[in-house]
Amino acid sequence: MNCFEIKDLHLYYGAFHALKNVSLDIAAKNITAFIGPSGCGKSTFLKTLNRMNDLVEGCVIKGSVQLDGEDIYGGIDLSRLRRRVGMVFQKPNPFPMSVYDNIAFGPRTHGVRKRYELDAIVEGALKDAAIWDEVKDRLKSPALGLSGGQQQRLCIARALAVAPEVLLLDEPTSALDPISTGKIEELLLALRDKYSIIIVTHNMQQAARISDTTVFFLLGEIIEYGETETLFARPANKRTEAYITGRFG
Amino acid sequence: MNNTLERGMGAVFFLSAAASILAVALICGFLLVNGLPIIFKTGPLEFLFGLEWSPTDTPPAFGILPMIAGSVYITAGAVLIGLPIGVLTAIFLAHACPKRIYALIKPGVDLLAGIPSVVYGFFGMAAIVPYTGNSILSACILLGIMILPTVTAISESALRAVPQEYYKGALALGAGHYRAVFSVVLPAARSGVLAAAVLGIGRAIGETMAVIMVAGNQARIPVSFLKGARTLTANIVIEMGYAAEQHREALIACGAVLLLFILAINISFSALTRRKA
Repeated sequence: MNCFEIKDLHLYYGAFHALKNVSLDIAAKNITAFIGPSGCGKSTFLKTLNRMNDLVEGCVIKGSVQLDGEDIYGGIDLSRLRRRVGMVFQKPNPFPMSVYDNIAFGPRTHGVRKRYELDAIVEGALKDAAIWDEVKDRLKSPALGLSGGQQQRLCIARALAVAPEVLLLDEPTSALDPISTGKIEELLLALRDKYSIIIVTHNMQQAARISDTTVFFLLGEIIEYGETETLFARPANKRTEAYITGRFG
Repeated sequence: MNNTLERGMGAVFFLSAAASILAVALICGFLLVNGLPIIFKTGPLEFLFGLEWSPTDTPPAFGILPMIAGSVYITAGAVLIGLPIGVLTAIFLAHACPKRIYALIKPGVDLLAGIPSVVYGFFGMAAIVPYTGNSILSACILLGIMILPTVTAISESALRAVPQEYYKGALALGAGHYRAVFSVVLPAARSGVLAAAVLGIGRAIGETMAVIMVAGNQARIPVSFLKGARTLTANIVIEMGYAAEQHREALIACGAVLLLFILAINISFSALTRRKA
């Protein structure tokens, strides 16, 4: 089963051709890693999947991106799309409000008002994100008082609180220390049975450790993709081999 | 040689900075020395909470509660009108406004700040007083307009200083543009909006000329928003020309009370922002 099917995708920032003819099927209930050097288009591609590129002025997209068979660049309701496709950013961005209100923000946006329902959602999301034990006694404290790693897990919990099908993560551990990084990786592995996870990472070891499928981007094109073990052990393309053995990038 | 120059320049900067401190100290000193005696002679409670202000009677009565009430009512009303409009304008400017309209509205709002208060007064007499009379309400409306540029400018820069990540984070959860702005960006800018409110209060409570021209200026406790009232500032300006001795001192004491108000506002504001941060 695929969650996303992308065909002949081109993306332009003004005159710059940032993504060239990208076609890719992304498996559901799996971890897919996008790797590649800076500026290769992997983050840009990630942002086409929940249409965050709509915010960029002069961004033009051609081709088709289907989520469960539905074209997300057709007449889809953006709010519903982003509810189904959650996103976690590179820098932890908890809102300057309490832990509870952070998690409850999404459900409230989508119309959940009853206190006991919110309580249950908040607790469930925090437990799923493996941060419940650390914050259960400080739900009313400001989220910005948490450590960087905790903030990022809080952001994951916040994304989970609207019950998405897909979770996009844009270099979620690049601002974190190794221990916090390890916790997030464990968490993602625990979540992969319930969610389709797509992660952009600079860190090839991370891709190798946690992903089922790896996609290698270079200069706006997909050079190679496949099962992670195979791609790292026997890359088919010379440039993939050069990148994963550290000869450039 | 270089060292002397360095030290010399240091002294210049220090002296420039000291000028403001010196001015504040001199003003406070002047108000205290000239105003305190009459306060203690009348009795601080009688002075602050006395209901009667008849400085030229024998014996005179120096109760300034009517003016304190006038200042408080008019300032509160002005903020009640000016703050929401100013903040909403700032939200529009920062998050909703097409560039071409921005180029029209932004200079317009800035221009409001440059209009002399006597001109505001004329405007109030011609355009507001015919409907609401020489009253507290007229003064509130006029002052509400006068604090708009301050409130708008400070709120707008506070809104623009909020990291984009908050906005994007809210959108990524499925929030619409205005849901993101009102429930994430605006709360994140609250200390700036609070600062805008405080500066607005400061501007409103200190405003004199425009208020005198529309507020009626009766030195008695106001009973209705459609009745006239006199503010502390108006009291000073109206009577300073013919006041002598005790009367003059009582007016200076009004200035001291005004300064205390500003001080209290500033202190509570910095306490608020420190707690939030």
